[in-house]
Amino acid sequence: METYSLLREFADSWMLLLLFAFFCGMALWVFLRPGSTKTYNDIANIPFRHEDKPTPAKKSSGEKEA
Amino acid sequence: MGNYIKLVVLGLVALFALIAANFGRDLAYQVNFITFALAAIVAFVYTLRNTGEPVSTVDLSGEYMDGVVRAGVIATAFWGVVGFLVGVTIAFQLAFPVLNFDWAQGYANFGRLRPLHTSAVIFAFGGNALIATSFYVVQRTSAARLWGGNLAWFVFWGFQLFIVLAATGYLLGATQSKEYAEPEWYTDHWLTIVWVSYLAVFIGTLVKRKEPHIYVANWFYLSFILTVAMLHLVNNLSIPVSIYGSKSVQVFSGVQDAMVQWWYGHNAVGFFLTAGFLGMMYYFVPKQAERPIFSYKLSIIHFWALIFLYIWAGPHHLHYTALPDWAATLGMVFSIVLWMPSWGGMINGLMTLSGAWDKLRTDPIIRMMVISVGFYGMSTFEGPMMSIRAVNSLSHYTDWTIGHVHSGALGWNGMITFGALYFLVPKLWNKERLYSLSLVSWHFWLATIGIILYAASMWVTGIMEGLMWREVDANGFLVNSFADTVSAKFPMYVVRGLGGLMFLGGALIMCYNLWMTVKRSPAVEATNHVVPAE
Repeated sequence: METYSLLREFADSWMLLLLFAFFCGMALWVFLRPGSTKTYNDIANIPFRHEDKPTPAKKSSGEKEA
Repeated sequence: MGNYIKLVVLGLVALFALIAANFGRDLAYQVNFITFALAAIVAFVYTLRNTGEPVSTVDLSGEYMDGVVRAGVIATAFWGVVGFLVGVTIAFQLAFPVLNFDWAQGYANFGRLRPLHTSAVIFAFGGNALIATSFYVVQRTSAARLWGGNLAWFVFWGFQLFIVLAATGYLLGATQSKEYAEPEWYTDHWLTIVWVSYLAVFIGTLVKRKEPHIYVANWFYLSFILTVAMLHLVNNLSIPVSIYGSKSVQVFSGVQDAMVQWWYGHNAVGFFLTAGFLGMMYYFVPKQAERPIFSYKLSIIHFWALIFLYIWAGPHHLHYTALPDWAATLGMVFSIVLWMPSWGGMINGLMTLSGAWDKLRTDPIIRMMVISVGFYGMSTFEGPMMSIRAVNSLSHYTDWTIGHVHSGALGWNGMITFGALYFLVPKLWNKERLYSLSLVSWHFWLATIGIILYAASMWVTGIMEGLMWREVDANGFLVNSFADTVSAKFPMYVVRGLGGLMFLGGALIMCYNLWMTVKRSPAVEATNHVVPAE
């Protein structure tokens, strides 16, 4: 089989299925994973930490912003 | 020791660049290589002056690297004004052809200035905004200093050199005639080096992050950097005719070349102007609204849906061409599916303000960001509609396309960048606040009305033009000649130029306001200065 037809057949079948499954799996992981809401609420607040300085290597100074 | 190696390399680069300029077969190539040699010589002198000086051993890991972000902010404002100015110029050149001056023929006529305008606004203005904000955001959301030390400075200056090489090349005629990818082969190679360094700085910073999670803005920035690298490499596969000349020949030809070009071209829109700027939205809108993003889960769906779909949308630029129908249909279908993630993202950005809508009345910066997200929604609605084959048969090759691009570029990219600049300048220069909020309001209204004049006049002229082109009489003969449409468009061209002028005026007001912020605004107690870490 020529390369084009071979790749085309693969793209139209298994690769499509794989990508679609990945996408659905990602959505299920995001929405149905236990504890995901709590985790994502924490992540969503990342921009409000470390405004002025990076986290020092040793934990010392308290955070100014909650 | 490192400095000596640098000096040797820079000296050799300058030498070979001058040799190349000497053997150069065309003016653009000679000018570009003299520019390159000058850049190497300046870097050589700078390195030489620092060689043998005592090396500072202050540990900077407790401070963010903001110098390069400050430089990026200045470059963004500067190239923005340059790009808008060239845009206004070519808008009036179309309305009044006499502005294509005889004495500047071959250098400053519409054909030479148009790619200068597109590259200046997309790559110089947008690119600098993306590099500066990504460096700012990745540090704050990773709680880590930029990786790679002065590599970030190399990225900044290397990118400016790329802009200058590309811009002077266009005016002197070095172009490979690919939309948004006009720079010739040596400029492309230089950008590849700069871009890989950019990727390294960004990933390096992510790797040493102190936050366990990678914030969603960084996902968008990373997808933008990676995809642009891939697009740039594939679309610029070309073989130079001579290493001493700017002309090169594309490896692909015919419809394959067209397909690769629009795969690149549309993803330049999808990843450069959308994914990267969404990274800005996901950081600066929550920061300015002082509340977290409406739904972090939605942002993850937004990300994956956007990158899965955008990459297929390119063929919609090639309806009714030699491209097979199935490919064009595929591009069209994926464009329409893109409605979903685009509007999901827009809703996510807008709803971040839920419970804080009153800020729209008091804070002109958040107003700017919100209208930018609104324009994002509007142009991502219009785009898929125009990709439908039947609509495209009317809109393609008309000014409707130009209007669509500008509602996205001026409205979405421009406004979110202005919002980010207004947010960043007081932070970066340790100022309590902006110099003047009423000037921000002036900028907001000038820019908004300018965009509306621009988009509305282009809708009118585009649809009129499309209808005139297809009008046939009872015997099936075309009614209008091309020149008929050109003369009919004149009033709309003038309105478009005025809209552009207003947008440029707003940007100048912004520059004044930011300058006065740095000069006059009261300083805050130093928290972000480079002081020895305790």
